[in-house]
Amino acid sequence: MGKAWKFGHDIDTDVIIPARYLNRFEPEFLADHCMEDADVSFAKEVQAGDIIVGGKNFGCGSSREHAPIAIKAAKVKAVIAESYARIFYRNALNIGMPILECPEAVAGIENGDQVDVELITGQIKNLTKGTTFQARPFPSFMQDLIKAGGLISYVKENRKNA
Amino acid sequence: MGMTISEKILAAHAGLDRVVPGEIVNAKLDLVLANDVTGPVAIQEFAKLGIHSVFDKEKVAMVPDHFTPNKDIASAEQSKILRNFAKEQNLKYYWEAGRVGIEHCLLPEQGVVLPGDLIIGADSHTCTYGALGAFATGVGSTDCAAGMATGEAWFRVPESLKFVFNGSKFQPWVGGKDLILYIIGKIGVDGARYKAMEFTGEGIKNLSMDNRLTMCNMAIEAGAKAGIIEPDEITLEYVKTRAQRDFSVYISDPDASYEKVFEFNTIDIPLQVAFPHLPENTKSVDEASGIKVDQVVIGSCTNGRLEDLKITAEILKGKKVHPEIRCLIFPGTRDIYLEALRRGWIETMIEAGASVSTPTCGPCLGGHMGILAKGERALSTTNRNFVGRMGHPQSEVYLCNPAVAAASAVRGEIVHPREVVNHG
Ligand code: SF4
Repeated sequence: MGKAWKFGHDIDTDVIIPARYLNRFEPEFLADHCMEDADVSFAKEVQAGDIIVGGKNFGCGSSREHAPIAIKAAKVKAVIAESYARIFYRNALNIGMPILECPEAVAGIENGDQVDVELITGQIKNLTKGTTFQARPFPSFMQDLIKAGGLISYVKENRKNA
Repeated sequence: MGMTISEKILAAHAGLDRVVPGEIVNAKLDLVLANDVTGPVAIQEFAKLGIHSVFDKEKVAMVPDHFTPNKDIASAEQSKILRNFAKEQNLKYYWEAGRVGIEHCLLPEQGVVLPGDLIIGADSHTCTYGALGAFATGVGSTDCAAGMATGEAWFRVPESLKFVFNGSKFQPWVGGKDLILYIIGKIGVDGARYKAMEFTGEGIKNLSMDNRLTMCNMAIEAGAKAGIIEPDEITLEYVKTRAQRDFSVYISDPDASYEKVFEFNTIDIPLQVAFPHLPENTKSVDEASGIKVDQVVIGSCTNGRLEDLKITAEILKGKKVHPEIRCLIFPGTRDIYLEALRRGWIETMIEAGASVSTPTCGPCLGGHMGILAKGERALSTTNRNFVGRMGHPQSEVYLCNPAVAAASAVRGEIVHPREVVNHG
């Protein structure tokens, strides 16, 4: 369970982790600047288990994997958005950062609400409002990726079996 | 039913006769690339796989272009990781400062990417190579690591959107940048999310390779997986002297299916300016006219090619950059720089009061060499104008083509080039 941090549409990877910090790639360093150009208080105040809620096209722009890495290292439990930009979506799954697509939940969650997410079933609970939402299921190939624990483990696994 | 060029390339690389949109395929890669920002993370992930060498040392490219020549110690350490990896793995495609260029200008120029290729790059503008009739898409560092190890990647076959440009006539100074900004203005920054954007029609047939590269470069700004143009005589002329290996030409079948078809009359499209803070906030240059700027940036993987520098030099010739403006010009590669130098264009630019830099991404991503202070405004030929893209979160970036940028550098505010060229 954690607090919802709500952002708008088209949250790009430049505001998730500005390029001025891309001269380093340690996850903790990136976490210290996560979401900085959208909300400077985020990195200071975010608690383990908090949830990021975004509108449509979350993570658009650059392919920098630093973006989901920063969110994961900030100990955000999951991102819930109406929709995701393609590269961000793929990167998040590849590194095991949970992301859920659920326009209804986005509409039904306000900034600061207490929210819990059941990652396996995709069930989203707004504890402040007492409402429940169901995220879209992942395509089956992606479920395999998630089960394997990300792309690197998946590739390792497949090479062993090959 | 027939297939689109994108479907044909994916099918051929997946060893299948046909593929349909939505299908997930595993396909063989012709090239995997990364830069000095995404490369170090990819190299770290590659090491976790416990594999000692890349799948093919002639099919992996590492391009140190973002923070090079290195802006500080931290970025120098990142470049060192890239350099050491390139050396250890004996990679064919790695360049040092003085020879390197911006990846998406350099790889087509050097014949590293060719028609029919399937390419992944840990850089979102990898889609640029679609201009050659390749299927090229941006990925993150982990996908890049897996690609370097296995020579394969998984793809969801995208639906294709077709953009037809009718007519061969353009308004004066209108180029590929205006066509793509115009499209993004119409469909929005997620208007082609997950899709392949195929550009076609008489307007495209009449477009030079530099302009086509500009268009495909910005497909990602509409959220697309790829931008692509069927190879024609212009493409083959371009690759003829550059290719050092065989390549295949794919074209869409007449009965290929598209999710949607958009038609435009090329002559109707005016010069475009994208307002902060999204590339979809486009207006005609006349609507932007009079907006004061502090800095003009000409270059990047979008507009740092020879034709872009030619237009810039033509407009700056015999004129002066406005005293209150910093006009920063970044040729895309060494060869472009050298050719512009030989043709006297660099001299023209410097005499006009512009600053001409060695090839680097530099200010395009707010990296170095021209960062904006709080409240400052830039007009730029780059591809993104997100919050804080070029510096302080309270700075602004407007996007345009090189003609508008150069003319505005002279005037000190956004202006249609005809005002500067006619009135001296
Ligand atoms: S020039 Fe800009 S957009 Fe192009 S690769 Fe460099 S940073 Fe990215």
